Amino acid sequence: MKTHTVELLKRLAAIVLFAPALAMASEAMHLDKAPVSTNEANLQNGAKLFIERCLNCHSASMLHYSDLQKIGYSDKDIAEKFLHADEKVGDYMKIAMTREDAENWFGTAPPDLSLIAKAKASDSGSGADYLYTYLRGFYKDENRPTGWNNKVFANVGMPHVLWDIQGTQVLKESEKDGKKVEELVLSEPGSASVEQYDKEVADLVSFMVWMAEPVAVTRKTIGIFVLVFLACLYVLTHALGKTYWKDIH
Amino acid sequence: MANIVYPKYQSDGSRLGNLLEWVDARFPATSLWKAHLSEYYAPKNFNFWYFFGSIAIVVLIIQFVTGIFLVMNYIPDGTLNASGIPVAFASVEYIVREVPGGWIIRNMHSTGASAFFIVIYLHMFRGMLYGSYRKPRELVWIFGVLIFLCLMAAAFMGYLLPWGQMSFWGAQVIINLFSAIPFVGEDLSLLIRGDYVISAATLNRFFSLHVCAVPLALLGLVVAHILALHEVGSNNPDGVEIKKHVNEKGIPLDGVPFHPQYTIGHDLPAAVIFLFFFSVVVFFWPEGGGYFQEYNNFLPADSMKTPPHIAPVWYFTPFYSMLRAMVWNFFWIDAKLWGVIAMGGGVVILAFLPWLDRSPAKSIRYRGPIFKTLLTIFVIGFLILGFLGTKVPGYYFFGYTPGEGFSPLKYLLSGDLIAQIFTVYYFLFFLTMPYWSKIDKCKPVPERVTFK
Repeated sequence: MKTHTVELLKRLAAIVLFAPALAMASEAMHLDKAPVSTNEANLQNGAKLFIERCLNCHSASMLHYSDLQKIGYSDKDIAEKFLHADEKVGDYMKIAMTREDAENWFGTAPPDLSLIAKAKASDSGSGADYLYTYLRGFYKDENRPTGWNNKVFANVGMPHVLWDIQGTQVLKESEKDGKKVEELVLSEPGSASVEQYDKEVADLVSFMVWMAEPVAVTRKTIGIFVLVFLACLYVLTHALGKTYWKDIH
Repeated sequence: MANIVYPKYQSDGSRLGNLLEWVDARFPATSLWKAHLSEYYAPKNFNFWYFFGSIAIVVLIIQFVTGIFLVMNYIPDGTLNASGIPVAFASVEYIVREVPGGWIIRNMHSTGASAFFIVIYLHMFRGMLYGSYRKPRELVWIFGVLIFLCLMAAAFMGYLLPWGQMSFWGAQVIINLFSAIPFVGEDLSLLIRGDYVISAATLNRFFSLHVCAVPLALLGLVVAHILALHEVGSNNPDGVEIKKHVNEKGIPLDGVPFHPQYTIGHDLPAAVIFLFFFSVVVFFWPEGGGYFQEYNNFLPADSMKTPPHIAPVWYFTPFYSMLRAMVWNFFWIDAKLWGVIAMGGGVVILAFLPWLDRSPAKSIRYRGPIFKTLLTIFVIGFLILGFLGTKVPGYYFFGYTPGEGFSPLKYLLSGDLIAQIFTVYYFLFFLTMPYWSKIDKCKPVPERVTFK
């Protein structure tokens, strides 16, 4: 058994190191540019969507509910809008579903989303671009257990949780200049127009970007002070340093 | 220097003076201060390239201090928490999100790792430009190569600790390489991992090695590097020995005291400039475009999901390219073993530089066209190897997609082929150096340093 594992690992290493065929597996895909906002109203709308639509199956276990204060919610708002009976404002954003159940229901446990906006960045685009394209890329597919498939993430286990807002899309194959092209077409409109849905998704993605690094804005503000300080310090140390060399020829 | 006996400090009668005299009678304070700072004479013609030694010390201190604070909250535990996230991974995010100032500490440490390699690569390149490894500085250079090896070990082990996907799979691939070594390989990789796969045991031992063993070795080697340097004295951009021309007190005519002329007058402003660029990354670009903190490493380690593309962090990629370039079985030896030999040999061969170089002039200022040409190609080749190491095998430059039939572009733009060519070049550069460095047309070397 053990030698078998070692043998397997060796083969794996060989594949990873030497097989050029594998290279093609991660080919660049087309992603739409996400209009990420740091505006409080957008982030709040995103938070609302996230907690209502995502936080039932996905956890965001690295955030406290109280972190939402940083995007303008008061403790009272948070308790009224988002908390269930036994939850407290200081709690982490966890879910009730166990991982075993999740695996049974979806085939794989839905990942924690705390860092997803950072993790999904690639050569094709930022993590936000990925999420923005992904959440607008669901289409009806009777062959899938959930009835949904996704253009960015083929055969995804997740159903379309925003379908009532977006409506139902189908994948239409057509021929263009002799090449097969697959296009998403809205077959049944939802409660929002296409533009309105894109805006909702943009808000949700903006929130997820914020959530991946809540300190991002502060980080840059502090950074400016640090750079200004160092620039001044350079002027002083440079002038000081010169005095030590003025008599050396 | 070492053979000078410095007189003990005599008190001027003040309280502080008495204290210093008391200490100096019991500890070589004056002697150390003078030998290594105020009466260590460095050539007065140091230029831009001579900043990186002291900047490397600045980075070392940054890594030590931030590391100490990270260990206070980091938990080397590979088991899953209630949300299915490994505890180690979650503890890094805990530091970033909840420990006050934790994000600065973490970003400084991760940026520091990359900065260390940038600085050290430039520092080593300076040595090649001015022949700083030549007699009598062979040991300075060898200690330096050992420091470089230690840094690689520290970086490799440290990279496992966040326990992300790249941490896990990068370590998996690299540790497996050791199993290619004949006879002892399997047992060796087992010993390194502490398990048959990367596991919690591996995480624990890498943590221990990263925070205890390697820093200890690193610190010892840095001390040895500096002691050896101060024994023989610093080289300079002219590659001449300043100790040949001394005044009646034995002080080199072309030397200036290291302190304060170089410490405050030269290195302090340089360190501030370095910290400026360092802060730009820490505060505005901590992920470094996915090179300093890889995107895939924001996903927790998962032994069931192999990422489509496993690349080591950028500072290992030149040597990783050499590893991948070896795809043929020569002399009954497996290609994989050749790869490991190339990767290890690429670092080890540097240690032989003092004996491979036979040029009459040390500095590039007085060396001939052969050296200048070959060194330029060497640098370009090394950078291209580094670039290709971040790409998947089968990469083509300029997005070229090879067609079915024959085309010269298929070869000209093939990353694999170019990596192989530059790998061979890398080794030939060193191995043929005894020949070409001797026949190169050098200019006459001046007696004294030229100071502008």
